[in-house]
Amino acid sequence: MSQLPMIALRPNEMATLAAETQPEPQPAMQVRGLGVRFGSKLVLSDVDMSFPTGRITALIGPSGCGKTTFLRSLNRMHDTTPGAVVIGTVLLGDTDIYSSDIEATQVRARIGMVFQRANPFPTLSIYDNVVSGLRFNGIRKRAILDEAAEGALRAAALWDSVEHKLRTSAMRLSGGEQQRLCIARALAIEPDVLLMDEPTSALDPIATMRIEALLRKLCERVSIIIVTHNMQQAARVSDYCGFLMVDDARVGHLIETGPTVSIFSKPRDSRTEDYVTGRIG
Amino acid sequence: MSVIPLALPDRRALIREASVASRRRRTVAGLVAASLSVVALLVALVPIVWIIVYTISQGIAAWSVDFFTKLPHPAGIPGGGIANALVGSLIIDGLAALMALPVGILAALFLAEFSGRLAGTVRFVMDVAAGLPAITIGLFAYAVIVVPQHHFSAFSASVALGVLMLPIVIRAGEGALRTVPNDLWEAGLALGVRRARVARSIVIPTAIPGLVTASLLAISRAVGEAAPLLFTAIGSQVFSTSVGGAMASLPLVVYQNGIQAYPDLQQNAWGTALTLLVLVVVLNVSARLLARRMRRHAR
Repeated sequence: MSQLPMIALRPNEMATLAAETQPEPQPAMQVRGLGVRFGSKLVLSDVDMSFPTGRITALIGPSGCGKTTFLRSLNRMHDTTPGAVVIGTVLLGDTDIYSSDIEATQVRARIGMVFQRANPFPTLSIYDNVVSGLRFNGIRKRAILDEAAEGALRAAALWDSVEHKLRTSAMRLSGGEQQRLCIARALAIEPDVLLMDEPTSALDPIATMRIEALLRKLCERVSIIIVTHNMQQAARVSDYCGFLMVDDARVGHLIETGPTVSIFSKPRDSRTEDYVTGRIG
Repeated sequence: MSVIPLALPDRRALIREASVASRRRRTVAGLVAASLSVVALLVALVPIVWIIVYTISQGIAAWSVDFFTKLPHPAGIPGGGIANALVGSLIIDGLAALMALPVGILAALFLAEFSGRLAGTVRFVMDVAAGLPAITIGLFAYAVIVVPQHHFSAFSASVALGVLMLPIVIRAGEGALRTVPNDLWEAGLALGVRRARVARSIVIPTAIPGLVTASLLAISRAVGEAAPLLFTAIGSQVFSTSVGGAMASLPLVVYQNGIQAYPDLQQNAWGTALTLLVLVVVLNVSARLLARRMRRHAR
């Protein structure tokens, strides 16, 4: 772990590289005309955005701007909220995830999610937590589960510290380890996209740094969309950024999207500039 | 213009005086109120402590190995035990729990997870049902089971006690399931797991201590009830394990022996009452201990 500070610095350089020397990859997900209503209250309106494959896209903006609402519309988590209505189109590849012949469970098996607070299942062991997505979807073969567990724990940089205590309760892990366990749990079902809702906001700086370092490696196997209220974090880890803000009627809008470097160095919209320079928010 | 400054010291003195007087009044009123509450508390405690002490002092004399292992003797012959009533209570209450707990816990899951008019109605009906007189439930079991079958049965008693337990399990179970953080639901759903599977494999296991507490509370309520058994299990002097026929049970022994003229029967009634008291205390204390342990584990 002695190389941590270096890793923490590197992503930004790589992001610069990715954005300036390579063409934008095919989108893993795209949204068109997306809006979200809770009852009669419009929370998010008219969002068009695409999320490149194998890249990290950050959603930033002041609190209450609809970042989390936006994120949760990308894997149909709003289905469970009474009164929530999502309008517009959300494409995963070229499949509309809100199409009537597609079930929410299918969508969520391909678009994983990590939450603000680590939420391992308290009655399950570390191993059972990691394989829970597979097991609860009907996969029983021991060999498959073992392989998936090791693969996912390695990908979440947790394998070395838990290899010998896979059968102990997940609640015995530290906060940062619990969050990485949740990442492993989401990775074990091999999703195409991983949604992360302020995954480090409840963690200390060192645990945060570890997770940020992890994201850079993870985006080789999964496209990442991360909500963060921390601008520095967005600048450190993301390749692309979307900046959201509410209008006078408290409705969230996507103000600007683009490579992270451009958003932070030469924003096109004055509101983006005000936010990234710390004048608002 | 200079009138106001001159009046000020007077007004101050007036206010100070009023404040001192008011404090004296409030001190007295406070003392009176506090002593009245203490007296009320003592008055409320007296019957409860009296019942417990009296039951112990009357019942302990009846307790012996024979009391718990022998069958009852006919009236007039000293001795005799409650072995058949102990086993009878175990069978009747066990069967009632077997019928009521699964239904009750599933209903609790429904209430905890679905908010809507139906859930609201069910909740209201259950609150009313919790206050339903036990004897009404007994009469109901008599009408729909005993009368058509033309004989008393332990089974009909179990049905009556099961109905009595349902509202308790449902409301306490709902409370237990609601303490499961919403985070865990979301974590499960976000893995593409179906709602039913999330409930079965994550939410219910997490709520188990609370559900056990709810079940114990319901059982402890049912264990001491005599009214629902009067028209159903009816009681018996012999040893029986057949749920299709009449059966002895602890509350019935208390009721039937307690009103007899024979002192040894009365003593057996007190011994049985003490047994019930101990059973209910044990059930309640374990329910509470489990609930506390659950709260500690709930992060």
